[in-house]
Amino acid sequence: MNIAVLSGKGGTGKTLIAVNLAAIADSALYIDCDVEEPNGHLFFKPQDIRSEEVAVEIPVVDDTLCSGCRTCVDFCRFNALAYINKRLTVFENICHSCGGCTLFCPENALHEEKKNIGSVEKGFSSSVTVYSGILNTGEASGIPIIKRLLSISRADHPGLCLIDCPPGSACIVMETIRDADYCILVAEPTLFGVHNLNLVYELVRLFNKPFGVVLNKCFEGEENPSEQFCLAKGINILGRLVFDSELGVINSKALIAVREINRYKVQFSSLLTRVLKEAQYEAVVNP
Amino acid sequence: MKVAIPVDGQDMNTTVCISFGRAPFFMIYDTDSKEHDFINNSAAESQGGAGIKAAQAIVDNKVDVLLTPRCGENAAGVIKTAGIKLYKTGPQSAMDNINLFIAGDLPPLSEIHAGFHNRRGR
Repeated sequence: MNIAVLSGKGGTGKTLIAVNLAAIADSALYIDCDVEEPNGHLFFKPQDIRSEEVAVEIPVVDDTLCSGCRTCVDFCRFNALAYINKRLTVFENICHSCGGCTLFCPENALHEEKKNIGSVEKGFSSSVTVYSGILNTGEASGIPIIKRLLSISRADHPGLCLIDCPPGSACIVMETIRDADYCILVAEPTLFGVHNLNLVYELVRLFNKPFGVVLNKCFEGEENPSEQFCLAKGINILGRLVFDSELGVINSKALIAVREINRYKVQFSSLLTRVLKEAQYEAVVNP
Repeated sequence: MKVAIPVDGQDMNTTVCISFGRAPFFMIYDTDSKEHDFINNSAAESQGGAGIKAAQAIVDNKVDVLLTPRCGENAAGVIKTAGIKLYKTGPQSAMDNINLFIAGDLPPLSEIHAGFHNRRGR
């Protein structure tokens, strides 16, 4: 069972929800796909870490073989190649490593070379197996790292898997939720929060994923625009987390709430039960 | 000397397009013959790397000078490697900007932005 946790922007509470749900389960996998700034490992402090480099293939030209036919320039739909002053230039940050230019070069003037863009790490924190993806600073796309993370973790664990998504609704999030069985959208109680919720709401609907919302940072007795949005659209509200400075302090110390405070243990336990019930129901009704 | 400028329309009163890579057309003006031509910018429809493809078209048209309100770093890399000079346009029409350039009243384009890639939906 793959459960992805999303939000339209950073700082909404994706990591809080994903980390605590993984920590309250009997046994779970936590996968930090927010590869530009992974922070789940700060909470879990995993032990016995094993690390693996992730590389992509980038075309390299042999100028003595290149005839200037531009087959590669015309082929690349991302325009990662240009032919200027009788020389081919490769824009590495735009290249999507599809290999097409190398394949179609009639002179065999192109070959591919590996370029490291980051790494994946696996470690253990009591009942949780923790995976983190790390994109090197300055690299354009973390998608190859997410693909690697999801493929190695899938081979590893058939049970409950909590996927901490990158913020937003761009390609990198689409890659992350591709194989998710259920999506949890985390929302803040502001108009800005509604705007961000709507981004991921549209995304999960586009991908036909079953989903529900967790309302975070709620103020008792105050208007919650995100809640009104859910009610108006008929969206399933999975749970509400009340704004709590004690929770903020625990988070700032990189402690896991369910391991520290009993009421959070109770709350996340019932949230997990609810999510699993919803996800399993969806699996039966919409297999 | 051949001068290129990204434009919104295909007439002599056209405005300068605010984007180089995704401009619908380029006006190419020959300062010697005073003849002009409009070319379609096929890069405008690109999924990515529009600046590079547009710059390749400018290079292939054997342009000497590019007048543009702004330019990304990838496009600027292609333009500069080809030895094409970059000047910054003002708010006037495309033709007025060309005349300003001929009179020596356009400044060189100094600031090159890092691109607006993958910003949609973030």
